[in-house]
Amino acid sequence: MDFLTIIQIADSALRLATPLLLACLAGLFSERAGIFDIGLEGKILASAFFSAAVAAATGSVWLGLLAGVASSIAFSGVHGLASITFQGNQLISGVALNFFASGITILIGTAWFGLGGRTPSLSGGQRFSPVELPFANAVADVPILGPIYSDLLSGHTILVYVALLMVPLSWFVLYRTRFGLRLRAVGENPAAVDTAGVSVIRLRYAAMLIAGTLCGLAGVYLATGLAAGFVKEMSAGRGYIALAALIFARWRPWHALYATLLFGLLEAIANRYQNIDLGTFVIPVQFMQALPYILTVIILAGFGGTAVAPKAGGQPYVKER
Amino acid sequence: MQKMPKWADVALIPLLNLLIAFVLSGLVILAIGENPIKALQTMITGALGSTYGWGYTLYYATNFIFTGLAVSIAFKAAMFNIGGEGQAMIGGLGVALVCLYIPFPHWSVALLFAMAGGAIFGAAWAFIPAYLQARRGSHVVITTIMFNFIAASLLNYVLVNVLRPQGEMNPQTAAFPEATHLPTLHEVLAPIGISFSKSAPVNVSLFVALAACVIVYLLMWRSRLGYEIRAFGLSQDASVYAGISPFKIIMVAMLLSGGLSGMMSINNTMGEAERLVLNSVEGAGFIGIAVALMGRNHPFGVLLAALLFGFLYQGGSELSLWTKIPRELVTVIQALVILFTGALDNMVRGPVERIFIRAAKRGAN
Repeated sequence: MDFLTIIQIADSALRLATPLLLACLAGLFSERAGIFDIGLEGKILASAFFSAAVAAATGSVWLGLLAGVASSIAFSGVHGLASITFQGNQLISGVALNFFASGITILIGTAWFGLGGRTPSLSGGQRFSPVELPFANAVADVPILGPIYSDLLSGHTILVYVALLMVPLSWFVLYRTRFGLRLRAVGENPAAVDTAGVSVIRLRYAAMLIAGTLCGLAGVYLATGLAAGFVKEMSAGRGYIALAALIFARWRPWHALYATLLFGLLEAIANRYQNIDLGTFVIPVQFMQALPYILTVIILAGFGGTAVAPKAGGQPYVKER
Repeated sequence: MQKMPKWADVALIPLLNLLIAFVLSGLVILAIGENPIKALQTMITGALGSTYGWGYTLYYATNFIFTGLAVSIAFKAAMFNIGGEGQAMIGGLGVALVCLYIPFPHWSVALLFAMAGGAIFGAAWAFIPAYLQARRGSHVVITTIMFNFIAASLLNYVLVNVLRPQGEMNPQTAAFPEATHLPTLHEVLAPIGISFSKSAPVNVSLFVALAACVIVYLLMWRSRLGYEIRAFGLSQDASVYAGISPFKIIMVAMLLSGGLSGMMSINNTMGEAERLVLNSVEGAGFIGIAVALMGRNHPFGVLLAALLFGFLYQGGSELSLWTKIPRELVTVIQALVILFTGALDNMVRGPVERIFIRAAKRGAN
C-alpha cells in the first residue's frame, strides 16, 4: 500500500466519520443529561430528507440546512415531550421516532417528487461545495506533509470542519461552563440539581435542542455533502453506529472523535477493499461491516475497562411534591 | 388507589391510543393529497375482502404473533428486546439448515425439527446480550441492536459464500426439499369442503402461533417460572428477597424471547419462501414491539394486535398497488402506535384518569 492510497483512505475515513461524529456528539449531550437517545438514526434520516428536499425545491443548500436542522429539532422535541414531560419510556420513544422517520420520508418524498421516495439529484448551489484551505495548492508538492494538508485536510465541505470544531467546543461547554456542569449533573443526579434550584426540565430540554441541532447537521451533511440528494433509508444504521461510538468513547467528546474516526476508517476500508486477502485467510467484507458493532459489544462486555453510562440515564425525573 | 376501572386500562386506553395514531395517519394521507376514507376502504377490501386478502393478513399476523409474544415476555421481565429482527434472521438460518440437510419423511416431522432449529438458533442469538445483561449489566437494548446488525452481516456472509448453490446469482439457499412443504390453509380446508385462496401463503404455522399464545399464557400466568418472571419485572429488589435469581430470570426470559422470535421462521422461511432469502424477516421483529405494546404484553392482546398489524401490512401493500400511497404508510402507523401506546401513554392516561375520578366523585355525592 503506497502513501497516496493511505491518504485516499484517510480522506474517505474523515468524510465518513463526519456524520458519525455529529450524531455521536448529539447523543453525548442527550445522554449526559440523562436522556437515552436511540432516535439518532431517525433524526439523521429526517434531516437528510428535509435538507435535500428543500435544497432541491429552492436551489439553496443553506435553506436546506435550516429545514434539515429544524426537522431534527422537531423530532428531539417530541422525544423530549415523551421522555421529559410525560415521563414515558425513552427507549420506546426513540424506536418510534426511528420508524416514523423511515416511513414519513418516503411518504412525503413520493408525494412531493414522485421519484419513489428519492429527491432529485442535487448540484451546484444545492450542495455544499469543497472548501480549499489557505495555501493548499502551494504546499501540495511538499513531501509527506504536503499531501496530508492539501489532500487529506483541505477540500472538504464546511460541515466537516464544523464537525471537527464541535469537538473542542463540546468539551469546553461540558467541562468548563456552568451550563455544562449542570448538564452533566442532571444526568447523574437530577434530584441534587433540583435541590440547588435549577430546573431539571429546562436543562433536559436544552440538551434535546443541542442534540437535535447536531444530529440535524449530521443528516444535512449526509444528503448534501457526502451524497448528492436523498435516497431511501440513506442513514443506513449510522445513528446506531454513532450510538456505538458513544459507548466506545465512554461519553467523552475527544474520545468521540477518536471512536468515530476509527469507525469511519473501518467503513472506508470496507468500501475500498471488498474482501481483504491476508495470504493465509481472507477477511470477508461483511466482517468489516459488522466490526463496529462487534467492537462495541466487546467494550460493553467490559474488556478494556468498564463502560459506565450516566447514572440517571433512561429514568424520567419526577419532582417531589 | 384504584384510579379507573380495569376495562378502561386494558381496552379503552389502547383503543384511544390507536385512534389517535389512525387520525394522525389520516391527516398525513390528507397532507399528501389523498383521500383517507378511500384509503381505508382500499385497505379493508384488500386485506379482508377475499380469502386471498385474509390469507395474506393471517400470514403476516402469524409472524407478528411470534415476535409480539417474544417482545412481551422480555417486557414482562422489565427488559426491552429490540433484537427480535436479528433473532428471527438467525432463526431462519436454523430452519434452513434443518430443512436442507435432514431428509424428512413427512412435513409434520420436519415442522417439529424446524421449530426446534429456529428456536434454538434464535435463542442462541439472544444468549450473549442476555449474558452480558445478567453478568455485566450491559444494557440489553444496546447489545440487541448491535446483534441485529451483526446478524445481518453474518446472514449476508453465509448466504453469499456458504449456502448459495452454484450458478445462483441471488444470495439465497437452494429450495427446500418437497417433503418439508407445509400445508397451506387452502390444503387444510379443502378436504372439509371450505374453499380458500390457493395462492395465499398462510399455512399451518398459524396454528403453531395460536398454540404459542396459549402456552405463553399458561407459562406466564399459571406457572412458577412465569410468576418469577413477572415478579422480577415488577420489582427486582423485592424478587431477590423472595429468593428469585436475577441471573436465571434474565437468561430464561431472553432465551424464551429469542426462541420465539427465531420460531417465526417456520412461517416465512419454511412456509412461504421455502428457501432462506436475505431479507426474509422484513421488519417483523420490529413490528413485534408495536404488537406487544398494543397488546399490553398479554398473549390475547398480542393475538389481537398481531391481527391488526397483519391487516395493516396486507392493506398497506394493496394500497401501494391501487393508489399513490406507498406502503411505508404502515411504517408511519406502526411508529405512531409505538409512540402513543409506549412513550406518550401518560398523555392519554392522565386526562382519562381525571375523567374517571371526577365521575366517581359525582357518583359518590
